[in-house]
Amino acid sequence: MATQALTTTVRRRGRALAGTGGRTAALFLVPFFAVFAIAMIAPVIYSLVLSFHSQQKSGLGFGEAKTVFVGLENYVQVFQSETFVEGIARLGLYCLIYIPCMVGGAVVFALLLDATVAKARKLFQLLVFLPHAVPGVIAALIWAYLYTPGISPLIQALQGGGIQINFLDAHLVLPSIVNIGVWEWTGYNVIILFTALQAVPREILEAARVDGAGEIRAAISIKFPLILPALSVIMLFTIIGTLQLFTEPSIISKATASVTSTWVPNLWAYDAAFIRHNLNQAAAASIIIAGLAAVLSLAVTRLSSRMNKS
Amino acid sequence: MSASTLPRPRTTPDTATPRRAGSRSNRTGSSSNRGGGFASKLTVNGLLIIGSAYMVVPVLWLVFASTKNAADLYGTSAYALGNFSLFENIANVAKQDGGLFFRWLGNSVMYAGVGAVLGSLISVMAGYAFDKFQFRWKDSLFGFVLVGVLIPNTATVLPMYLLASLVGMTNTIWAVLIPVLCNPFGVYLARVYSASYVPAETLEAARMDGAGPIRSFFSLGLPMMMPGYITIALFQFVGVWNNFMLPLVMLQDQQLLPVSVGISIWQGYSVPQPEFTPMVITGSLLSIIPLLVAFIMLQRFWKSGLTAGSVK
Repeated sequence: MATQALTTTVRRRGRALAGTGGRTAALFLVPFFAVFAIAMIAPVIYSLVLSFHSQQKSGLGFGEAKTVFVGLENYVQVFQSETFVEGIARLGLYCLIYIPCMVGGAVVFALLLDATVAKARKLFQLLVFLPHAVPGVIAALIWAYLYTPGISPLIQALQGGGIQINFLDAHLVLPSIVNIGVWEWTGYNVIILFTALQAVPREILEAARVDGAGEIRAAISIKFPLILPALSVIMLFTIIGTLQLFTEPSIISKATASVTSTWVPNLWAYDAAFIRHNLNQAAAASIIIAGLAAVLSLAVTRLSSRMNKS
Repeated sequence: MSASTLPRPRTTPDTATPRRAGSRSNRTGSSSNRGGGFASKLTVNGLLIIGSAYMVVPVLWLVFASTKNAADLYGTSAYALGNFSLFENIANVAKQDGGLFFRWLGNSVMYAGVGAVLGSLISVMAGYAFDKFQFRWKDSLFGFVLVGVLIPNTATVLPMYLLASLVGMTNTIWAVLIPVLCNPFGVYLARVYSASYVPAETLEAARMDGAGPIRSFFSLGLPMMMPGYITIALFQFVGVWNNFMLPLVMLQDQQLLPVSVGISIWQGYSVPQPEFTPMVITGSLLSIIPLLVAFIMLQRFWKSGLTAGSVK
């Protein structure tokens, strides 16, 4: 579609703009928009179509299933499903714990890094970045073992101190999974925030020091406001990332019964498609998740642009 | 699919600040020594050490655990060395199912490599066009790209599976390879890189000398944007290597799986059969080594690339 539009534009304008005009632009853009159409637009459109239909078998359930248009019924069913709504609520709770812990931790660590001597910085940056080189599946596996009694040095140490704790029971499994996310993503964001801190003009800090502000005061009232733009980008991608929550719970679900097959919306959709074989409901659930992501990221973008203006 | 690519996007601020970061590093030493005395320095470094320990200890545990056999794993203290069985564990991993593990590792390299090299080229070409060319509907097309950035990739995995099964493409390498070529955030980054690394005058001069736009892209634009290309490719590589849901959904044939999904299958085996556990642990360690190597090697290139680019 896009390319057709581009080529007609060129024809209309003639050859005057050759070199920077539509036809050459089309050459450069076609590969991307082709994969974009295959990997994003077409699946979303097809899912929309599926989500408005349903497979219905005739009377006794024999014979071919017929595809019938059912309007919004799949969406109604998804929202009426107790497990789906629980999954959404759980994801909300996950965000409420995860975002302050991860982002707060990253800010504190980046400020500390900015306050230490240059030589130590390189080493700490490398160490803190290490978890990012560990794939999500492996991170979840490592922590699954660290939560497993008998193998875990953590549980062993706590028992030595007289504390009995089961990280995987129904109450603790959510914070335990939050911890995996915090471990995976804090270091990455530390590096981003630290880079932003490097850009804080030293003159301002010197001036504050002359005026008698201590290190902590300078960090809170000067450095922190100046890294707010970087922070809003981090928030945006953190929220989008959180909605994708799938890998960690699906690995942990093999180690404990506390994580059910419908624990978060993505698992619910997976379960709908491959266990319950209801592709139409799976499509509706996917559309709901994508819609939720769009609304949330729009809200964050609006909010941060308003904050940056004021 | 933007999915595999979304975690990486968080580099934005990096890309915006290379210049300043580079120029400031000379001064850092002097200014940070000034405020605060010994006690506050001790607190700062103490907290940094605690934080780093939290990041490092789980990986260290993996290294220690991979040297133990099943009996020692459950029997000895976690950071004590039992009988050193690392090589035995590796041999077991290699033997299982006729070397399937290394097939998985190879598949991961292939998916991530193609996704990184080809996917980033596609993104860089598009980003370059958005920066350097004038054409109709430029803004609305770019709007599409930004929407692509904001859609979580796992939200499109199931729809993609449904579409792939409609055309009979599930359980083929294409079901994984085609989606990982799509990296909208890469296009966004490439537009930024193109604007800061490739001066319009250079292209104009090339045009005067008779070079066509394609020629001047490959012989001028692309080499100038190389640091950006490598940054995009690095994060694309990591994203595809870490991808779990897409291959899990698309592939049934064990010969086609990447290592992330393969390991999770072994983890499933290890629940009823604990003798699988050392293989899961050793396999996990083996599977992060290529990534660590790629990161350390490419990161150096990437960082020097950023500063070199900012000097121009």
